[in-house]
Amino acid sequence: MTKATLNQAAIFVILVLVQVLIFSHINFMGYINPYIYILFIILFPANNNRTLFVFLAFLLGLSVDVFSDSGGVHAAACVTLAYIRPVFLKFSFGTVYDYQSIKFNQIDFNSKFIYFTALILIHHFIMYSLEIFNISNILLILQKTLFSGIFTILLSLIITILFSQKRK
Amino acid sequence: MQQIINFVLRNKTFLVFLLLFGLSLFFTIQSHSYHKSKFINSSNFVTGTVYQTANGIGQYFNLTKENKALLEENRMLKSIVHNLDVDTSKTILKDSLKLNPHFKFRTADVYKNSYSQSTNYLTINKGKKDSIKIDHGVITSQGIVGIVENTSQNFSSVLSILNTRSRINAQLKKTNHIGSLVWNTESAEFAQLIDISKFAPVAIGDTIITGGQSTIFPKGILIGTVNSFKIDSGGDSYIVTVKLFNDMTNIGHVYVIENLQASEIKSLQKPKDD
Repeated sequence: MTKATLNQAAIFVILVLVQVLIFSHINFMGYINPYIYILFIILFPANNNRTLFVFLAFLLGLSVDVFSDSGGVHAAACVTLAYIRPVFLKFSFGTVYDYQSIKFNQIDFNSKFIYFTALILIHHFIMYSLEIFNISNILLILQKTLFSGIFTILLSLIITILFSQKRK
Repeated sequence: MQQIINFVLRNKTFLVFLLLFGLSLFFTIQSHSYHKSKFINSSNFVTGTVYQTANGIGQYFNLTKENKALLEENRMLKSIVHNLDVDTSKTILKDSLKLNPHFKFRTADVYKNSYSQSTNYLTINKGKKDSIKIDHGVITSQGIVGIVENTSQNFSSVLSILNTRSRINAQLKKTNHIGSLVWNTESAEFAQLIDISKFAPVAIGDTIITGGQSTIFPKGILIGTVNSFKIDSGGDSYIVTVKLFNDMTNIGHVYVIENLQASEIKSLQKPKDD
């Protein structure tokens, strides 16, 4: 058990608890909730064991599912997100990622914003598609994805800025 | 053989992804089908305890409102009791064991309530230990809330009426035209009453109550009032938008109803194959 492992485990538990106890009950304008627990997937160290990462994402999604009685929609969205993350790392950070030396508290704001937006919108789209589970309600799915997505992006950026450790 | 093992090792991330994604899809599809005992629900020990702790802190903020609701309910019950024509002092007290009641009421606290998804559930703090079983009805003093769907030792999860899978037998208060109460996910304030015959004299402001046809709710539990209505596309029944009496976004204490004759009615209705 290294310090980094313990650190990740603590982040996992804290994010799930904060999500199910606070952020799932905001219900802004009736239905808009931010899903900030996916920060765990977004900010997971890039030089990782990918199989383990996908499995951890599944556990993360499933824990949120158990608390919110939603079957497996969060788990499905999280697993997909973890599996396709490398594509977006390369897309957003280019050469920095190729050396596997990326540090999330040292990247510039623009690429961070693009990276966050892409991952969060994909996660929300998969989640709402499975939750509503009806292709004729595609407009409702897109609407929920957009509004909740904006909320999540704003909160995630604020949280990462507030909690970033300035190590030089 | 070597090649197969190599293939599996090379693609292990993809295979793990497929496996886990399939598993989550299975859970999702299972959660969309009615009445199957599920592994993934919030009536288990861990989630129950977490919600219990959070509720222990949160419930103090609602005490004034809860007190008012209880007072209002007491006032209503008292006005019924004191307006009864029977002189209560002269009636012979019957042995309550011989009264043979049809319904048994239990109280419970709501630990978790959601209303923003399309499939909403509540978690309450009574379970198998308190004789709560699947298919017991859940109401508040204002109106219906839902049906118990999963139970554990100490907790139960309740299928809210704000759930696309919920379908509750309901009727107009003034006539006996029955329909089904469903929800179209649009607003937590309104539910829809469908399959009401177009011969029914529906008018805006009419009261909707539960019908006595299900074995879950007693007849006459309040649901809401008619907000608007239109003929459905088939042309032979109304779709009525019902404004719920209950504020589904704010539920603290509930009553769980057990129908003591449910099994008897069900066994009678079951088709006998000879």
